[in-house]
Amino acid sequence: MAASTDPAEVPVLGPGQTYATVTDRVSGVVLTKDTPKGWLIGFGIAFLIVMLMLFSLTVLFAKGVGVWGLNNTVAWGFAIVNFVWWVGIGHAGTLISAILLLFRQEWRNSINRFAEAMTIFAVANAGLFPIIHTGRPWLAYWLLPYPSMFQLWPQFRSPLLWDVFAISTYVTISLLFWYVGLIPDFATLRDMGENKVVRRIYGLFALGWRGAARHWAQYSRASLLLAALATPLVVSVHSVVSFDFAVGSVPGWHTTFLPPYFVSGAIYSGFAMVVTLAIPIRKFYHMEDFITDRHLENMAKIMLATGLIVFYAYIMEVFFAWYSGNHYEKFMIYNRMTGPYAPYYWALIFFNGIMIQLLWFKKVRRNIPLLFVIAIGVNIGMWLERFIIVVTSLHREFLPSTWAYYAGTFWDWSLYIGTIGFFVALIFLFLRVLPMINMFEMKELVHHLSHKGEEH
Amino acid sequence: MSESIYGLIARFDTPEAVVEATRRARQAGYRKMEAYSPFPIEELTEILDFKPKIQYLVFIGGVLGALTGFALQYYASVISYPLIIGGRPFNSWPAFIVVEFELTILFAGLAAVFGMLGLNGFPHPYHPVFNAKDFKLVSRDKFFLVIESSDPRFDAERTRSFLESLNPEEVTDVQP
Repeated sequence: MAASTDPAEVPVLGPGQTYATVTDRVSGVVLTKDTPKGWLIGFGIAFLIVMLMLFSLTVLFAKGVGVWGLNNTVAWGFAIVNFVWWVGIGHAGTLISAILLLFRQEWRNSINRFAEAMTIFAVANAGLFPIIHTGRPWLAYWLLPYPSMFQLWPQFRSPLLWDVFAISTYVTISLLFWYVGLIPDFATLRDMGENKVVRRIYGLFALGWRGAARHWAQYSRASLLLAALATPLVVSVHSVVSFDFAVGSVPGWHTTFLPPYFVSGAIYSGFAMVVTLAIPIRKFYHMEDFITDRHLENMAKIMLATGLIVFYAYIMEVFFAWYSGNHYEKFMIYNRMTGPYAPYYWALIFFNGIMIQLLWFKKVRRNIPLLFVIAIGVNIGMWLERFIIVVTSLHREFLPSTWAYYAGTFWDWSLYIGTIGFFVALIFLFLRVLPMINMFEMKELVHHLSHKGEEH
Repeated sequence: MSESIYGLIARFDTPEAVVEATRRARQAGYRKMEAYSPFPIEELTEILDFKPKIQYLVFIGGVLGALTGFALQYYASVISYPLIIGGRPFNSWPAFIVVEFELTILFAGLAAVFGMLGLNGFPHPYHPVFNAKDFKLVSRDKFFLVIESSDPRFDAERTRSFLESLNPEEVTDVQP
């Protein structure tokens, strides 16, 4: 890897870009009157899948959670698997927008906007699952602490309640962070728009932004503080998600290393999703000057690093089970490797342990189609990981008389696929109405690069 | 002194030009002025001698969040509905840390966003500077310096010739 770290090798910005070209190029995608055909087709397909999601939600609400494959033994099925999967995907957006901002990684500037959008849409999907999993979603507000007529309070010593606070704080802060980043770009769209209605709408969201130096000073400091707040937040969110498992005494869940394992898994899957989205988007909108091969390579490196941590966790899981001397822990691992879910387990090891090693090679990181395939593989692998964690531990717990087999039904799958459609549909809408790249930060990048004397 | 206009605006093509112009205007004694740019430029903040205060609000927000988080859980678990869980004391504060932490971040984050908007006076849909010629390029690729007519040193003629001397692309009036 040492040979490939020359920063000047591939620029983070294509040649010949100026303040004006950055602005026109990015805002043009939004302000154009012709919606691309590809967009209409893509959004149309995604929209049909959203209909599938609404259909399976309707069936669920009409008939209850019995339509899912849940049974008395495995009461946490797809809903929790999907919840953890979606929350994890969200983490890359915050990592890119907050942690890489604090580390002054300028290459993040062109990918942070849509990574943040991805975060919000992913967390929206994640939030859906615990709510519908309660079985009576219309009573979901019982999770919130409020002075009720029952004179009851939520159980503050339970990780499940911590999750309510962690996820709702995460959604709120991510949404606000995203909006704050958009304000100057809304002003650009207001000023660039030719249609009066368009100018009005973007003007409303721009709040009267006019680029004053004193405003920028206040704004930049607020952004930096938000990044500093979002950094521990994002680590806490997936740690709390892991507490949902680790605090219980179920074999395979009751370990202290679950929080770091979950957080690195989240970043790993999130970057895989960013790569999955970035490759087709930059191709379709011809954004190769802004999202360069360097971006993809850097993201592949982060995937490799976090993927190795995840693989290490898989190995340690096996080691702990043996070293603990605990009969149930040992059986849990034995059952994972040889039981009814063994194909899932070995597929998981393949995707997250073996396939990811390809990213050691620069040729692979620079091979865009292959990188895309690997990213999809990581997405699948991380879904399998959560499935393995939730299902294999539960289905053969302590008492053999309670053992049972679990499999998703049609409604489990349709809802899961439906949320993917919902996610993609939201991404399509985002690409059409909001600038997909942060224009003012890109102009800042142009400015800094010109000072460094690098060609840009 | 001209009472009828908000001020004079000079347009520049590069960030270096507007930084230099602002520095010279400051040296010439002008105080009621503002520079406008498509992206943040740190030098401008230093020249205008402006110190952002948002961090105090964020700190207060964080402290309030932590206190709220603890008070909420203490009230619910000790005063309103004491319930023995696993033989732990009612005030089992280590278990309260997570919610406290999340509310600290939430309140501090809200303070950062709404404090920033409030200190900047947003929403602010009308401002005289929007009347200036070509000002909409400020969000694209142009840089502006405005000297307001309320500045004691402002004089329509002399200030205009001063701004002209800073190598701008154009100097125009800003109607109120």
